[in-house]
Amino acid sequence: MASSPKLNSRIPEGPMEHKWTKYRSTVHLINPANKRSLEVIVVGSGLAGASAAASLAEMGYKVKVFCFQDSPRRAHSIAAQGGINAAKNYQNDGDSVYRLFYDTVKGGDYRSREANVHRLSEVSGNIIDQCVAQGVPFAREYGGTLSNRSFGGVLVQRTFYAAGQTGQQLLLGAYSALQRQVGMGAAKLYTRHEMLDVVVIDGKARGIIARDLITGKLERHFGHAVILASGGYGNVFYLSTNAMGCNVTAAWKAHKKGAFFANPCYTQIHPTCIPVSGDHQSKLTLMSESLRNDGRIWVPKKQGDTRKANEIPEEERDYYLERRYPAFGNLVPRDVASRAAKERCDAGYGVGASKMAVYLDFSANMMRYGQIEANKQSLHNPTKEQIRELGMAVVKEKYGNLFDMYKQITNENPYEVPMRIYPAVHYTMGGLWVDYNLMTTVPGLYALGEANFSDHGANRLGASALMQGLADGYFVIPYTISDYLSGEIRTKAIATDNEAFVKTEAEVQERINKLMNVKGTKSVDHFHKALGKIMWNKCGMARNAQGLKEAIEEIKQLRLEFWKNVRVTGEQNEFNPELEKAGRVADFLELGELMCIDALHRNESCGGHFREEYQTTDGEAQRDDDNFAYVAAWEMKEISNWELNKEELKFESIKLAQRNYAS
Amino acid sequence: MSHENMNLTLKVWRQKNKDAKGNFETHQVKEVSPDMSFLEMFDVLNERLITEGKDPIAFDHDCREGICGMCSMFIDGRPHGPVKGVTTCQLHMRSFKDGDTVVVEPWRSAAFPVVKDLAVNRSAFDRIIAAGGFVSVNTGNSKDANNILIPKDEADDAFNAAACIGCGACVATCKNGSAMLFVSAKVSQLALLPQGQVERENRVLGMVAQMDEEGFGTCTVTGACEVECPKGISLENIARMNREYVAASAKKKD
Repeated sequence: MASSPKLNSRIPEGPMEHKWTKYRSTVHLINPANKRSLEVIVVGSGLAGASAAASLAEMGYKVKVFCFQDSPRRAHSIAAQGGINAAKNYQNDGDSVYRLFYDTVKGGDYRSREANVHRLSEVSGNIIDQCVAQGVPFAREYGGTLSNRSFGGVLVQRTFYAAGQTGQQLLLGAYSALQRQVGMGAAKLYTRHEMLDVVVIDGKARGIIARDLITGKLERHFGHAVILASGGYGNVFYLSTNAMGCNVTAAWKAHKKGAFFANPCYTQIHPTCIPVSGDHQSKLTLMSESLRNDGRIWVPKKQGDTRKANEIPEEERDYYLERRYPAFGNLVPRDVASRAAKERCDAGYGVGASKMAVYLDFSANMMRYGQIEANKQSLHNPTKEQIRELGMAVVKEKYGNLFDMYKQITNENPYEVPMRIYPAVHYTMGGLWVDYNLMTTVPGLYALGEANFSDHGANRLGASALMQGLADGYFVIPYTISDYLSGEIRTKAIATDNEAFVKTEAEVQERINKLMNVKGTKSVDHFHKALGKIMWNKCGMARNAQGLKEAIEEIKQLRLEFWKNVRVTGEQNEFNPELEKAGRVADFLELGELMCIDALHRNESCGGHFREEYQTTDGEAQRDDDNFAYVAAWEMKEISNWELNKEELKFESIKLAQRNYAS
Repeated sequence: MSHENMNLTLKVWRQKNKDAKGNFETHQVKEVSPDMSFLEMFDVLNERLITEGKDPIAFDHDCREGICGMCSMFIDGRPHGPVKGVTTCQLHMRSFKDGDTVVVEPWRSAAFPVVKDLAVNRSAFDRIIAAGGFVSVNTGNSKDANNILIPKDEADDAFNAAACIGCGACVATCKNGSAMLFVSAKVSQLALLPQGQVERENRVLGMVAQMDEEGFGTCTVTGACEVECPKGISLENIARMNREYVAASAKKKD
């Protein structure tokens, strides 16, 4: 297989461990005076966007940052709970850059680009150094050193954390760095602004059209380069752990302007989320993977068992992950854990009112911690109750905010009864195709963080999203962007009355008019929910050819109906959340079709993409490396018409193998 | 679940934009499930308003898991409603009972102008952070993380201050419209850590000056902010900031 000539991944020559070092030492530089006249637009203010914007402004570029929320600090990175990986080997447990690299490629089921993952692993340690220097309050040991815990798919402890609020603390660090630049005038903030198109002039990205969400006015902004750090597209499923505002619009507009979309069918279904409680449900809430350090997952051994969890004796419980995967136990990767939960529930072993849940039980480890504490405090012959109390305090310190959140949502106390959990859409590994420089197929247009496809293959390991977002923003783009901008030092800022700006703005205006003028009878949410149902049932945790073909037709029909019958209330020249939603759902209705097309064409199972037709006799994902060891990068010709371009994945450092988490 | 679906009367503040005159509007919401969140109840109401061809109620929200700080409803006279330690999005309807009348207003403060209905503009907080709420360390300048040893207790205290979500409930509940709890949380986090020492004095002076410029009121230590803070940010932070401020001002005069 050869890669499509349209895809040049620009992977540096040389041995894997020297590629990035050599690249950094030889990339073109730009003198400080020239940097001051180069303008960069950053769309999105999460970990990737805020860290990129802050770093580029520090270097001297003129930076503009756009976010749809009322403050950059609200970006959904803030909700990441469990932690961030780094190959520091502080625990002296055999970790190394190579091991993090290997775990990530293997965890991604051998569908990621080795060179990018290796670079990610190399810079992972710098991220922790940078964040600590900013005053990010990571968890610490009594000796004052940083504390670590384990996440799924690995056998070392390399995850740094701040209680169950790691994303919050990292984002506030990046946000502070950004605000420092804003205060100095090096970066300019555009909050409550939504990017609605990319402006392309002579084949290069030269700016964006953004809508001021308060006044409804469209604005034109020039940039020598445009960086999209606009997150993932999990909300195509309607119900997901994403924030309500998360959307694909920025990436999708870029796609329609020529940026290829890679591996759209790779979605991550997170195994531990609070189950759906009713039709009113607007979003799903994650219970961090870190809980699997101390929580054991089980279902009753008897089908349809109606007893309460605490009434089911130990020998009648099936700890199915420990049974099926003895080496990794409860800490198998997310795709494996999710499918195993679905398998048990589908087979009739589910718990709770809906029977679509499994238990996550902390009692055993609570007692273990309690015993350790009792020993530390030299308590002789403590009662069972004393041990439990002591253990509860330990669990509270580690996961208190998560337990509180669980109780608030379900009205059950997880210190007393096991949590009920079920898989939910959480993250999207697919995204805009980027080369080694993180540049899309449109010159000057970059994609960072969850918005790109590059590092996680077909399944992301826990605590690696924060790592990738910050790696891209702090340590990759500041170098790689100068490869492009060094060629732009003679380009004067283009006035926004240029015809390309005028034309693009007119197109955006026309789409808004079209949305406002349908004046149908059904709400935007009605269509979003309908799309979500199709996607979850037919392009969710398990897919098959028949279902995907049906889904494609159903989505086309739904899209037609949307444009005939959607009702967008209010006016366009005011603060109008319904109009914002309508534009985003219209884009999801196009993306959903591409996801199904991608899932249908990939006749194998890998990571989060599980095709029922392709599984081993034990129900594990069966890859087809001979035919599918490639990145599927889709080029949009028109709506419902995409051309497939393949980037061959070459594995030079790591041998392709069937994933094995059992031994 | 513990109780049945309920019917409620909502009195909701409607205001077209920041300059318009606002008023309360009354809505009946029926068959509210106790498992719904407060915002999901608003979703259901809005869905109905849209079907009736009316303008849905605008409100801010995003993560719906209590961490982004975007949701901001003033419910029955309390920011984020009647339950301690939760944001509006995590407030569930089981905290109300059948037949209740619930009054919902936006955050009210001179420094937080209304955008529309229940949504307000909190950009003042961003400007306060830009005035000093950071450590001036450029990307790439840092030494190995474990070279900075920090006693666990201090790291924990700094974390507790850093847990602030910037929602503005403290300002909304304060009769003076003071932002002291928000500002002091950031000042404290960085004053407690070795990384924050170099800029300690300029930080507190800069942030307080910006706070005053934004039009927030003065603190008279009523303690309402601590009571209503969904993240339990402690009043101790304000005491610490006052000490920091006095020390920094004195040094500046020397």
